Amino acid sequence: MLTVKGLCTDYLGERGQAIRAANDVSFEVPQGKLFTLLGPSGCGKTTTLRSIAGLERPRMGEISVGGNSVYSSERGIFIPPNQRGLGMVFQSYAIWPHMTVFENAAFPLRVGRKRFSRTQLEERVNRVLKTVDLEDMAQREATKLSGGQQQRLALARALVMEPQLLLLDEPLSNLDAKLRERMRFELKRLQRELGITTVYVTHDQSEALALSHQIAVMNRGRIEQIGAPREIYERPVNQFVADFIGTTNFLDATVSGADGAEGFYRVRCELGDLKAFAHETLKAADKVVLSVRPEDIHLSESRPQGDNVLEGSIDQKVFLGESADWQIAIGERRLQSRVHPSLRIKSGEKVFVSIDPEKCVALKP
Amino acid sequence: MQAAGQATAPGFAHAGPRFDAKWLIIALCVALTLYLGVVPLGFLLWQSFFTPQSAAKAAQFTFGNYAEAYGSSDTWLLFGNSLKFATGAAAMSFSIGTLLAWMNERTNTPFKGLFFALSVIPLIIPGILFTVAWILLGSPKIGLINLVLQKLFDTEMVFINVYSLGGMVWVDGLHYSPVAFLLMTAAFRAMDPALEESAIMSGANVLQVAARVTLPLALPAVFATLLILFVRAIESFEVPALLGLPVGLQVFTSAIYQAVHRYPSQIGLASAYAVTLLAMTSVGVYMQSRLSSSGSKYATMTGKGFRPRPIDLGRWRYLTTAIFLAYFLFIVVLPFLVLLWSSLQKFYAVPSMEALSRLTLDPYRTIISYPNIVRSVWNSLLLALSSATIIMLVTSVICWIVVKTKMPGRWLLDNFASLPMVFPGIVLGLAIMILYLTLPIGVYGTMWIMLIAYVTRFMPYGLRYNTTSMLQIHKELEESAAMSGASWTTMFWRIILPLLKPGLIAGWIYIVIVSIRELSSSILLYSPGTEVLSIVIWELWENGQYVELSALGVMFIFGLFLLVLAAQWLGRRFGIREL
Repeated sequence: MLTVKGLCTDYLGERGQAIRAANDVSFEVPQGKLFTLLGPSGCGKTTTLRSIAGLERPRMGEISVGGNSVYSSERGIFIPPNQRGLGMVFQSYAIWPHMTVFENAAFPLRVGRKRFSRTQLEERVNRVLKTVDLEDMAQREATKLSGGQQQRLALARALVMEPQLLLLDEPLSNLDAKLRERMRFELKRLQRELGITTVYVTHDQSEALALSHQIAVMNRGRIEQIGAPREIYERPVNQFVADFIGTTNFLDATVSGADGAEGFYRVRCELGDLKAFAHETLKAADKVVLSVRPEDIHLSESRPQGDNVLEGSIDQKVFLGESADWQIAIGERRLQSRVHPSLRIKSGEKVFVSIDPEKCVALKP
Repeated sequence: MQAAGQATAPGFAHAGPRFDAKWLIIALCVALTLYLGVVPLGFLLWQSFFTPQSAAKAAQFTFGNYAEAYGSSDTWLLFGNSLKFATGAAAMSFSIGTLLAWMNERTNTPFKGLFFALSVIPLIIPGILFTVAWILLGSPKIGLINLVLQKLFDTEMVFINVYSLGGMVWVDGLHYSPVAFLLMTAAFRAMDPALEESAIMSGANVLQVAARVTLPLALPAVFATLLILFVRAIESFEVPALLGLPVGLQVFTSAIYQAVHRYPSQIGLASAYAVTLLAMTSVGVYMQSRLSSSGSKYATMTGKGFRPRPIDLGRWRYLTTAIFLAYFLFIVVLPFLVLLWSSLQKFYAVPSMEALSRLTLDPYRTIISYPNIVRSVWNSLLLALSSATIIMLVTSVICWIVVKTKMPGRWLLDNFASLPMVFPGIVLGLAIMILYLTLPIGVYGTMWIMLIAYVTRFMPYGLRYNTTSMLQIHKELEESAAMSGASWTTMFWRIILPLLKPGLIAGWIYIVIVSIRELSSSILLYSPGTEVLSIVIWELWENGQYVELSALGVMFIFGLFLLVLAAQWLGRRFGIREL
């Protein structure tokens, strides 16, 4: 549905020099899927989205939507943004303060090439306002809406043309925490119901994990990894992705050799010998970094069976309500572990740590 | 100060036995502000209802001044002229300024660096010099533009005549177009680019975006800018005095000047004019404040600071470049060159090969040994430095009261301190003149009256600069000083003033610059011995000493230029971006 190939986009810095914001970005989004560009600020995700929208003119590459090329450096194609027929929701919503709710949503139909009769127009606008649950507010001034309502109006305006592709630029970042969580479900429901192909930009990893069919993690203008949420979370390909998605413990280690099943290796780290999993083939003496998620560190008072069992003591405990974060001291190192709040072991007491080898991921540094 | 006692300000609780100058300082500053802001206005109103006082006859209550002022058809002519002039000048500077702002912000016109250099032009070329330069360029007899065009087309026709309403509008509108440029640039920048981009994404083309989104959104800024320009143009004195009076074209400001300088001077009539003018500016300023408070509706949440891509004009770029260069020629190059040329002549002569051979530095020598020059430079500097210092310190206290305390009636204080904003310079000069003519405290005819006028006139600027800075100082910073045991005075001196530094310095420099070029208040208040630089220029013009005037003007512009450079350097050092 959407294909981006070898996209490079520059922007002009303060002194007029060109800064590469997106560097050789390529991905494909199948029909009806929600694809997320995730990364820290300045990683090029918004620039990539704006290049798809046509608001930025890329330097190189190709973009096609639904089989039609909208940009190609080779063939010299650049379709201006107002003729691409894409829906877009901006971070600031960009609700026009001088129009009513109805007028804001009707705008794309009024300026488009296709003419609509009055009843047709009203029918379509009311339908889309109903979709986002704003039909009672149609005649209100747009500035009288709350943050969440403005966000829904922006979505309605993007959907009213029934575009083949919807672009969302951090649409939830201006909402407070509670509302953000609710809107996350709303958005997911809407996207799945309408089956509209969507590109979503965010710096919030939990948002990306919750909403997406596929995620592309970006850093410094490049895509580091593309995959389904679970894949990205459980099998990050490098340290950046592991660190950016969720919290993790990093341990420097050296490979001792392969261990049994394919993908498993014996490694030696500061905590001792461990069994770890790796996506790529490793050989003995390779330097690696082990990534262990806090929730994958299991604690018990008696020594459990299996691989990767270590002995430590409880150093610090932080109670978070739905869970608890414990720091476990093993020798000089401290590991962060997420435990169920009902677990009661006193600080300073001895504890056994076990890590599932599959969740102990060895990464090339 | 009874009411003020209720305010809970830090330092008050444990002021106890130790003497704290807090209330003394606050009382002095408040009293000074009220006195300066309110008394001249009251006196002006009062005086407009009295007959002239003379040795033979005491002043009597009368409506005669207003009857005379509004009874004659001349006044309606005056009213019409003032409106036409101010509307024209405002419209002209607005059109030029908006076009330039659009070119600079939204297109890829070259020479962008020069655009912002323009913003300082009204600061470094004082109105009186700009007007004189345009007389040398556009007068029907000696104007260079006319002479060149006449030679070119071999005719006797007068192409342009600055001694006309159109000429006044042209010179004044041109001089203040950079103000419009700055205001409209700010308006373009304040707009969230996503508002326009989302219209583009909705399928709108360039024209639809402009008509349905950009323009309606910019409307409040457009009105506000027009109002500011209108109020400023109606207060303008130099242009109407130099270009209008010689051909009998009067506006309110020049009519006030003439009524005072007539013999016997008709102060009552001048007051009646002044009250009318004041009413007009008050309405303008009031509407402006209403507009800015209702404008908040349009202040939408902004996301990332993505600057919109400038529109590629393609070949039209040459046109916009040409417009810009022509503009630059008219506003900087020609006026300055004509002053420079005339400053190098013994007697004013139009440029020719013959005149070129007679280049001389004589005017500079004459001006340096001119009897009043040293004293007037000294007077100007003394007034500028002392008024800037007094204003910034006094308004810092006022501003602290308004921003940081919950003192009842503080909004009134804010309004009184901003009141001089509605005074056109010449009206303020008149009000202060009348006040100290009546009040026998020996101020009239000394430097003190000038100082009072300058402090009053520029007080609102000081307040504005200080307020911007004061709003950024968190309450806890001074509270922690109080908790550490500092008295209010210590807290103010050691905490508030240092933190206020960016605003203080920026405001101080701005006031120094505008004070040095002040003319319209000074012209009613100076007496022999208290002339300032701009008065000397005025006198040279009246005496017809054009070449000496030009020499002084060139040096003056040069001095102001250095001052502005220093200000910008200081601004960068202290992270101020306002000048």
